[in-house]
Amino acid sequence: MIGLPAYLVLGALVFSIGLFGVLTRRNAVGILLGIELMLNAVNINLVAFARFNGDVAGLVFTLFTISITVAEVAVGLAIVIAIFRVRRTVEADRLDLLRG
Amino acid sequence: MAPSVWLPLLVLGLPFVAFVLLAVVAPLRRVGPRAGLVSIGAIALAFGAALTVWTEGFVSETTWAWIPADGGPIATVGLLVDPLSNAMLVLVTLVSLLVQIYSLAYLGDERPASLGRYYTYQSLFAFSMLGLVLAPGFLQMFVFWELVGLCSYLLIGYWYERPAAARAAVKAFWITKLGDVGFLIGIVLLWSATGTFEFTDLFEKAQEHALAIAGLPTIMFLIYLGAVGKSAQFPLHVWLPDAMEGPTPVSALIHAATMVTAGVFMVTRTEPLFALVPEVLTLIAWVGAFTALLAATMACVEADIKRVLAYSTISQLGYMMAAAGAGAAYAAAFPHLLTHGLFKALLFLAAGAVIHAVGTNDIFRMGGLFRAMPQTGVVFIVGTLALAGVPPLAGFYSKEAVLGGVWEAHLTGPFLMLALTALLTAFYMFRVVFITFFGRAHAAAHPHEAPWLMRGPLWLLAALTVLVGVRLALGGAEGHEETPAWLAPLSVGLALVGFALAWAMYQRRLIDPARIAGALAPIDYLARRRYGLDALYAGLYRGFILGFSRLVGWIDRYLVDGVLNVLTALTLRGGDALRRIQSGRAQDYVYGVAFGLLLLIVGAQLWR
Repeated sequence: MIGLPAYLVLGALVFSIGLFGVLTRRNAVGILLGIELMLNAVNINLVAFARFNGDVAGLVFTLFTISITVAEVAVGLAIVIAIFRVRRTVEADRLDLLRG
Repeated sequence: MAPSVWLPLLVLGLPFVAFVLLAVVAPLRRVGPRAGLVSIGAIALAFGAALTVWTEGFVSETTWAWIPADGGPIATVGLLVDPLSNAMLVLVTLVSLLVQIYSLAYLGDERPASLGRYYTYQSLFAFSMLGLVLAPGFLQMFVFWELVGLCSYLLIGYWYERPAAARAAVKAFWITKLGDVGFLIGIVLLWSATGTFEFTDLFEKAQEHALAIAGLPTIMFLIYLGAVGKSAQFPLHVWLPDAMEGPTPVSALIHAATMVTAGVFMVTRTEPLFALVPEVLTLIAWVGAFTALLAATMACVEADIKRVLAYSTISQLGYMMAAAGAGAAYAAAFPHLLTHGLFKALLFLAAGAVIHAVGTNDIFRMGGLFRAMPQTGVVFIVGTLALAGVPPLAGFYSKEAVLGGVWEAHLTGPFLMLALTALLTAFYMFRVVFITFFGRAHAAAHPHEAPWLMRGPLWLLAALTVLVGVRLALGGAEGHEETPAWLAPLSVGLALVGFALAWAMYQRRLIDPARIAGALAPIDYLARRRYGLDALYAGLYRGFILGFSRLVGWIDRYLVDGVLNVLTALTLRGGDALRRIQSGRAQDYVYGVAFGLLLLIVGAQLWR
């Protein structure tokens, strides 16, 4: 039987990989993917805690998170497409209109 | 309250009410002549009350606490009613009343709003002067002293659109302030030494020889400085001729009859204190006599009729001061103040009528006016005779008293200067009379007699000048017993010599004035340039004030502004540098957030 820490380590790894992707990907779609990974790391944690504490609330939260993630991806991709139409690029480094 | 208290209070209060009414109720002020009627009504009632106070001979002292403190108030306000202030009350209200009536016609062409402003100032002046006269202590006197100075400034600058008038107003203010600084320091020093501002307390201490303070001469000299500024004594006399830029009625009231005599009044009021310091008194006498002579020489070469009168005012103030310095303040200086107030106001108002008729101040552009305006001519000659000291007019007796007082005090130098001044006074006044009223008439001008509003006050003042003289001639014999018998013939003789000289030079042209001027070339040269004093003050003013202004300007521009400029530059630079950390890239911000979170976690682990 695999213990709780292993799940938590897995979740932390996935979160870190996602954060690394968000910080380093030049492409806006890649950044969105990174965000997905980070959200899924949260899901892993929730499910793990639900399983080991015998609390169903974690599972319910996970279902919510998954549905919200879907909506988020839809909105995020729509934004990326809108940006592409205006700026002709989705490279994150060149999206710096708010520069001081 | 007894009538000896509330009547003087009424005299003081009525002009104040008129002032507040005119100052606060703007629609009333803007109607002009009707505003004048308010002011005239108030001063007329005040005159009635003052006359009652004088004839009843009220004596009272009422004080109210002003600056309270443990163990009695530090300063009080109140009314000191005695023969001295009673006589001044009558003079001030009388001349104010006549001048205000006269102004209705003289300034009739002014815009209504300006006329309202004029009468507002006039009421304030009457209030301030009466407050000064009634002051029971130095502090109240100083407050009103400054108030009359303010009114003088406002009224000299009444035609403030004229640069000359604005300059003259500022000059008068500055120069009198020079003396007032001394006055204030003297008052405070005296207070710190004795602990009181009250005249009665101070006089009591003087009587009990309890005033043997170290430095009393210095204190009294400082107080005298105030009188030097206000009463236009050498070397602070230069503001008075320039003050003639104001309207003529103002010159008559403030710069001849009342305000300028405040210095003499103050010295008279505090005579028991000055009596303790004979060395200061001697100085006062010498300065007064010198002022009298100096101003008389300047009057001899002046072509502006008002300036001649201004110099003559300075000269007569010198007379009064000399008498006060000779220890004859009550016997000679104050009577001369009163009679001078009457006939000098008369002369100024008559000169105003002349100026009103011919539209110029230059006596050489007048001439033959006696035919055109005989009434003005007669009253002007009455005033001239009084000023020259011809019996039985008012000026003769007071002038003789002055000369007698100075002689009695064994001040031979001042006496000789004053005697010479008496000659010059007759000379320059008759010079004006002959040139203005009798010389060849100028064909172009068609002068006419002044309206009755102006003539009325003139005749009244002329009648008073004669009546006071007759009254003194009949009843004042006991006051002249101590003067030497040769004094009266001497003073009349001097006046006659002056008259004869003027007659010979300007009427019969027996002597060419240019030759006399040539013979006395250095004095003529200096007198025409006012002994260089104006230039000296102007130079000092430019040198000190403007130099100081430049210094202050430099400090403001380079030190104060410099600090600010450096600060703003630093802020701008700093902002520019910090701006660059805002890259506008979303990833950088996320990186910042993540790194910060990491730091927080690590920190939380380390410093648990």
